[in-house]
This record gives sequence, C-alpha cells and structure tokens, in this order.
Amino acid sequence: MSALELRSISKNFGAIQALKDVSISLEPGEVVGLMGDNGAGKSTLVKVVAGNFSPTTGEILIEGEKAAFHKPLDAQLAGIEVVYQDLALCNNLSAASNVFLGREPTTRFGPFRIIDYRHMRERSAELFARLKSETRPRDQVLRMSGGQRQAVAIARTLLSDAKIVLMDEPTAAISVRQVAEVLRLIRQLRDHGIAIVLISHRMPDVFEVADRIAVLRRGELVCNKRASDSSPEEVTGLITGAIEMA
Amino acid sequence: MTDISEIIGRSEHRSFLGRITSQQTFWVFLAALLACIALTLLTDTFATERNLFNVTRNFAFVGIIALGMTAVIASGGIDLSVGSTVVISAITIAVVTSSGMPFAVGCAAAIAVALTVGAVNGVLIAYAGMPPFVVTLGMLSVARSLATVLSNNKMIYEFGPDHELLLWIGGGSTLGLPHPLIVMVILAVITSFAFRWTRWGQHVFAIGGNEQAAILTGIPVRQIKVSIYMFSALMAGITGILEVGWLGGVTTNLGQSMELSVIAAAVIGGANLAGGTGTAFGAVVGALLIEVIRNSLILLGISTFWQGTFVGSFIVIAVAFDKFRQAR
Repeated sequence: MSALELRSISKNFGAIQALKDVSISLEPGEVVGLMGDNGAGKSTLVKVVAGNFSPTTGEILIEGEKAAFHKPLDAQLAGIEVVYQDLALCNNLSAASNVFLGREPTTRFGPFRIIDYRHMRERSAELFARLKSETRPRDQVLRMSGGQRQAVAIARTLLSDAKIVLMDEPTAAISVRQVAEVLRLIRQLRDHGIAIVLISHRMPDVFEVADRIAVLRRGELVCNKRASDSSPEEVTGLITGAIEMA
Repeated sequence: MTDISEIIGRSEHRSFLGRITSQQTFWVFLAALLACIALTLLTDTFATERNLFNVTRNFAFVGIIALGMTAVIASGGIDLSVGSTVVISAITIAVVTSSGMPFAVGCAAAIAVALTVGAVNGVLIAYAGMPPFVVTLGMLSVARSLATVLSNNKMIYEFGPDHELLLWIGGGSTLGLPHPLIVMVILAVITSFAFRWTRWGQHVFAIGGNEQAAILTGIPVRQIKVSIYMFSALMAGITGILEVGWLGGVTTNLGQSMELSVIAAAVIGGANLAGGTGTAFGAVVGALLIEVIRNSLILLGISTFWQGTFVGSFIVIAVAFDKFRQAR
C-alpha cells in the first residue's frame, strides 16, 4: 500500500493555478526527487501535503485512508514531517532541545510538571546513533556543522515515527563534504522504511539518492518515472520545457 | 546502552571554572562585588546598616521588573511600557484603597489592571503582528495618561482601612530584610525555575532563538507571546504596589523613565536584545550593579548628573563584552 497518494490535486490562488491535477504516489522506503524551476509549484505541493494549504480540489490518502489536513499539526499526527530548507532550528538551544522542540516530555516534580531533560538527552542520543551521526545531545546548535544540523532536523522526524518525510532543499547551502553526509542521512531514513520526497535543484544529489524522479512545470506533473530510466539531460529538458512530457 | 551514555557524556569538555567565567553574569557580579568592597574601604557610609537597607530596597524594584523584562527580551521583544505599568498599578491600588476598600481588593484591582496592560500589549504584538517597540511605546504614553485621569493628577497618601498594612508591605522589613528584597528573591527563584524547567520557559527561548522554527514545530507562539507581556506587566504591577507602600504616597510621575534602568539591568545581566538569551539571576545582578553605581556616586560626592553616563556606559560595555565573547 502506498505511504502517500495524491489524487488530482489542484490548488488555486485566486486566478493563479499553482497546481493542476497532480497525481502521484509514494511507497514506503522510496525516495522521490521532486524537481522543477522556481514557481513550478514544488513549494505549494509540499505545503499541501504538510497541511499548510488545503487543496482546492483532489484528495490526499495516507496508507490508503483519506486524510484532510486543516493545519500542520494534522499532517504531523498523520505521520508527515517536513525538514525545512533553513532546518527550523533554534541556535540558542541544545541539540536535544531542538529535537524535542514543541513536544518536550515532562515529568512530575511535586505539584509541577517539569521538562524531562534526561529523557530528552537519552532519546536524542539514541536517534543520533541510529542516524550514525556524531552529533551530541548537549551541544548548542550554534556551534554545529551543517551536517550535524541536518542530523538534528532529521532526528526530529524519527522522533515522531514519521512515515513520510518532505525535505525542502536539504543540500542547497552546504559544503560538498556535508552534502555527502546529508545524502547518507537520507539513505538512513529510507532504510527505516520512510517514504521521502526530496525537493532539490541539485541534479547530481537527486540522481544519487532518488528512486524516482518527478518534475513539475507550471503546476503540472510532467514526469514521474524511475530515476534509472531517466537522465539529468532529460530532466533539465523537462524542467525548462524543451521536452514537453516524459 | 553503554555507547549512548558515552555519547551523552561526550559533551563539550569544559571545566567548572571555564563554564563560570564564560558567563557574563559572573563578570557583572564580580564588578558589583568589587565596587561594594571598594566603597566599604573608601567611605564609612556605605557599609552602614541604613545605607545597605536602602541599596537593597532600591535595587529590588528595578530587579523585579528586570525579571519580566528578561523574559520579554529573551523572546526577542522589548517592553517600554513597564514604567507606566508601575504607575497605573500604583494609582489603581491607591484609588481603590483610599475609597475605603481593604488592601486585598486594591491589590487584586492593581494586578488586574497591570495584567490587562500586558494583555493588550501582547495581543497587539502577537495577533496584529505589530512591532513590540511601537506597541509598548504607545502603551508607555497611554498607561501613564490613564493613571493621571484615574487620580485626577492628585497625590494620594491615605489608603483607607488597611493603610498601615500597605505601608508595612512596601516599606517594612522582616528579619532585617526589606520586603521588596524578599519579594524579588522569591520572584527571581520562580522565574529562574520557569525559564529552566518548564515548557513555557523553553518556548520563550525558542521564540527568541528562531521564531519561524517555533511556529513550524507547532509551539503556540501567539499565546506564549501574550503570556510573556502579561508576565512583564505583572512584575511591574507588583512593583507598583510595593512602591506605594514604600513611598507612603503616590503621584503620577512614579516610575518615569524606569524602563531604561530596567532594560539596562536585563542587558547588563546578559539578556541579548536580539533574543534567545538571558537569565533571572543575571537580571537581578544587573539591577544590583546599577544601584551600587548610583549609590557610590552619591556617597563619593560625585554629582548625580553623572549617573546616566555611568549606567549608559555599562550597557555599551556589556553588549561589547558579549560581541567579543561571540567572536572568539
């Protein structure tokens, strides 16, 4: 059964049609590279799946069940996590605090409920170990490398037992060595049976990890095929419109 | 799981001394301490019981409000209306008690008014998305004006049936400690606890660190912002009540330009105006340093006109120190 299935999703903003009849499905443990030029509708599609926007028409199915998201929390509860381009990390807090941001576990302390830092540290250390990352729970995010920061953002998705992870340009602004680290993290996630949508401009990164390539152009899905059946040249043509459809 | 506990333990290796000396609060505390020692040696008036009593009481007022200000600044905001919140709270309790109501009623009314001021600030900032600077600047004017309207700009010095109680609460002492100091210590402990151990505290600092991230992770940023400004106003409201009791009379110029000392105390105590850092202990220590400087100028016979120069310089030095520390 598909982890995520989109059926004829359209999204209009007034007269502008940002998404036109997009249908795509994602299997567990599959990495789909979502590509497209600026304004092609990638962000809109992600925001529809993440619960930021409701689609104008069409439906979203999670593991075969119809889902309606009114706010991001609904999508989160359904097992969808987003790793944002800027990672949405708080530099002034520790790695563990960032992993648990917004869902800090608490424990009883007399009449109060206090944050269970011990549990946070142990659990995030476990997650970092699962991701085979060197990140240390107590360290401030401020002092971390790009790869470690990615690990923190990705550990967040493991924490909630996400089934689907949407990654928005995870390799856009980091060094070559760190790109390798991020791609490794993506494979780790995939090996845990998580379906991943990788949005990226960087052709080599997409072809390195993606099982399938999807291309959006002006809100339309113009390509949805196995990465091994496609090529960077073809995808470039599809993005620019030199190739109509594949 | 031995390897996991090992990873947790593999934190940045820093000695206890290294951790302490990297805190701005430590240096500010040291400066205040050195100033106290110097004053004790240089003057025979500083270390007298009377003077120390005055110093501790005076700094307690700024210290209490600085606790609230630290929460605001840690969340990336600013509250310029605290001085006016002090006066509107003070006038409220004065007007209510002088009309024959007991202390408890006056106190509740003053706190309710202060919380309303904070709620209005918070809602305009969080829900209308207006800049904290503008909203609280407006409130600075509005709240003081309302206090003037409420009292008809008359001095109030009769506080009804619980007159003595009010004077005792603000101006009295227990075990030789002035009440405002005791209140400040209690509030500082509570604030410190809330910052470190509650989800509210964690979220305040998260908002100051990266508001967008806080929103994306589902933290109720708006509600928390409102609560932060209400917390700040509550601290100012409590101070207003204590100040009425201490002064034994209240006029509408109470707490004028107090926001500057309070912000100074918070910043000197390590709160970063860009948001994300600050401690309750730092706010208290910052307030202490300002009061010790003020007191020393008086005792050393230096014109009080110099006060602003010293306090202002300390703010700049504190921020410069922080920059220098970040650069390393």
